[in-house]
Amino acid sequence: MKDESTRDLLLAVDGVTVDYGGFKALDGFSMTLQRGETRVVIGPNGAGKSTLCDTIIGRVRPTEGAILFRGEDISALPEQLIVARGICRKFQAPGILPSLTVADNIGLAARRDRRWWRSLGFGIPAGEQAIVNDILEQVGLTARRATQAGLLAHGEKQWLEIGMVIATGAELILLDEPTAGMGPAETRRTAELIHSLGDSRTVLVIDHDMSFVEQLGATVTVMHQGRFLAQGDVQAIRNNAEVASVYLGHTA
Amino acid sequence: MSDPDPMILSAAGAAPGAAPLTAPLAARLAPVGKALPWLALGLAVAAPWLLSAYDLNLLARFMAMAILALGIVLIWGHGGILSLGHGVFFGLGGYALAIHMKLADLPQGEIPDFMQWSGRTALPWWWEPFSSPMFTLLAVLVLPALVAGLFCWAVFHRRVGGTYFALISQALALAFATLLVSQQDVTGGFNGLTQFSSLFGFGLTRPSVVQGLYWVTLAIVVAAYLGLRLLLASRFGMLLRAARDGENRLRFLGYSPTPVKVAAFALSALLAGMAGALFTLHAGVISPALVGVIPSIEMIVWVAIGGRYSFAGAILGTLLINIARDSISSAFPELWLYVMGALFILVVTLMPDGLAGAARNLIERARAR
Ligand SMILES: Nc1ncnc2c1ncn2[C@@H]1O[C@H](COP(=O)(O)OP(=O)(O)O)[C@@H](O)[C@H]1O
Ligand SMILES: [Mg+2]
Repeated sequence: MKDESTRDLLLAVDGVTVDYGGFKALDGFSMTLQRGETRVVIGPNGAGKSTLCDTIIGRVRPTEGAILFRGEDISALPEQLIVARGICRKFQAPGILPSLTVADNIGLAARRDRRWWRSLGFGIPAGEQAIVNDILEQVGLTARRATQAGLLAHGEKQWLEIGMVIATGAELILLDEPTAGMGPAETRRTAELIHSLGDSRTVLVIDHDMSFVEQLGATVTVMHQGRFLAQGDVQAIRNNAEVASVYLGHTA
Repeated sequence: MSDPDPMILSAAGAAPGAAPLTAPLAARLAPVGKALPWLALGLAVAAPWLLSAYDLNLLARFMAMAILALGIVLIWGHGGILSLGHGVFFGLGGYALAIHMKLADLPQGEIPDFMQWSGRTALPWWWEPFSSPMFTLLAVLVLPALVAGLFCWAVFHRRVGGTYFALISQALALAFATLLVSQQDVTGGFNGLTQFSSLFGFGLTRPSVVQGLYWVTLAIVVAAYLGLRLLLASRFGMLLRAARDGENRLRFLGYSPTPVKVAAFALSALLAGMAGALFTLHAGVISPALVGVIPSIEMIVWVAIGGRYSFAGAILGTLLINIARDSISSAFPELWLYVMGALFILVVTLMPDGLAGAARNLIERARAR
């Protein structure tokens, strides 16, 4: 039984505390993700959701606790090595490269050999070109491939960045508020995009939009003040009195 | 991509739907726009027959400086790295060649006059290897790039921001100039190194040598221009712009932005070193006043005025500003710094992308009409 569960365990956030000069953005927070799972993390503004992503990708280092990826502690690795192990994150504000074309943005993400001196060449290598074409198709930006990324509409930028994150081939994908600023139709497309990733990727989605969370149909983890509050399917979370009071307390 | 492309003009002229009133004008301008770079190159090649020896020498110095300006476009325009210390790399190249030429002029076993006046009786050990032409050429190319690479790495690997980088690079220029002045007995102090008579056995006063060195300088400008455009079109150029636009995004795509910036910075310093060596050759002098804080800022001004995203703009800016500087400061020596300051403020507020940006805007407006 124990063997079975550890084999499928991809990520374990183990008692992580992030201390910003006395203020604990994460306070002994723990959660686990199974291979192939899609998980939604919700919580009021300032609950520590973005900080959780920051900690997993090595942008912020935990004051206490550990991040185990495939059973190994990655909490002290340099950022590029964390990416190389297979974790990539979409930022809350779209983090695209505005002066590069859409295709080059994805091409850069799709590159497997990221040592700088291997960049002394032209174009995207054939093998990676196929990945780029697939991803462009997947995120619906094929017609925009030669456009400068900075000129895209807001929703397109979000998709582009999701495409970049997917293109890295990372097994664990962190999407921080991917539908921020999107209308209902765009939000639905984003949910479909995440669904289309299937079991090959493990996805951690942070979002506020409950209809989006419902469309994803994933297990929901609720955070509050840097701590774990509740976990369950969407229905259970909706009916959870504690969760309701936390949200009401903040929206009142 | 980064230059006002003459093709844009010709495309505008050929556009079938262009407005009837402006189309003939655009059509008439198209061949001019296309021919302009070639005309400029032709004139530059023919300059030895068109200019007096004095003016040719000035042009050669300014061309040398344009090589440095090309490197600044690379790091500042495309890499977002503002260096206020490129005088240092210019100076390293200049002093390396100057030391060689001083040694070459000396009779066996003697030391330069300024060393004697300072009471020295022997060459400093680190002067010795510069008697070899090979070593000197290598030093001109490698020394500035090495110093720049180490400096840039030391600052950026600690994730220091752009403003701090600019300030620290300015401190480097200050320290370098101060060191040169204070070590008079081995550097020539405030006066620097001057009075060279030959390079690798060629007499520097012979007209054919003067012309040849001018063409060598021009060829290096052209090669640097073409090479840098190629580099920017490569994946490296893509990475450099990515590091400028979104260093964090790049880092969390699994890249390490620091080596990309360090490599670009070292390359720009290599160009600065070549520029310094060629300048020293043409001007017949290298001194602290040419490599310190103020010259380093002037270098940025040339590029700001020419257009920091445009290699052609930087060459033009360097030539124009230096020609203006020469005519103004020979008449009113005190006035130049004020004029340059005013020009800089005007350009930065009115044309943030410099002359090249303004030209591109004009072309685009003509095309849109
Ligand atoms: N660099 C920082 N320094 C100090 N406090 C921070 C920093 N980053 C985030 N915080 C604080 O940590 C808390 C959690 O922030 P965040 O993780 O962005 O919340 P969420 O994404 O859930 O809205 C907030 O109160 C925020 O103000
Ligand atoms: Mg957040």
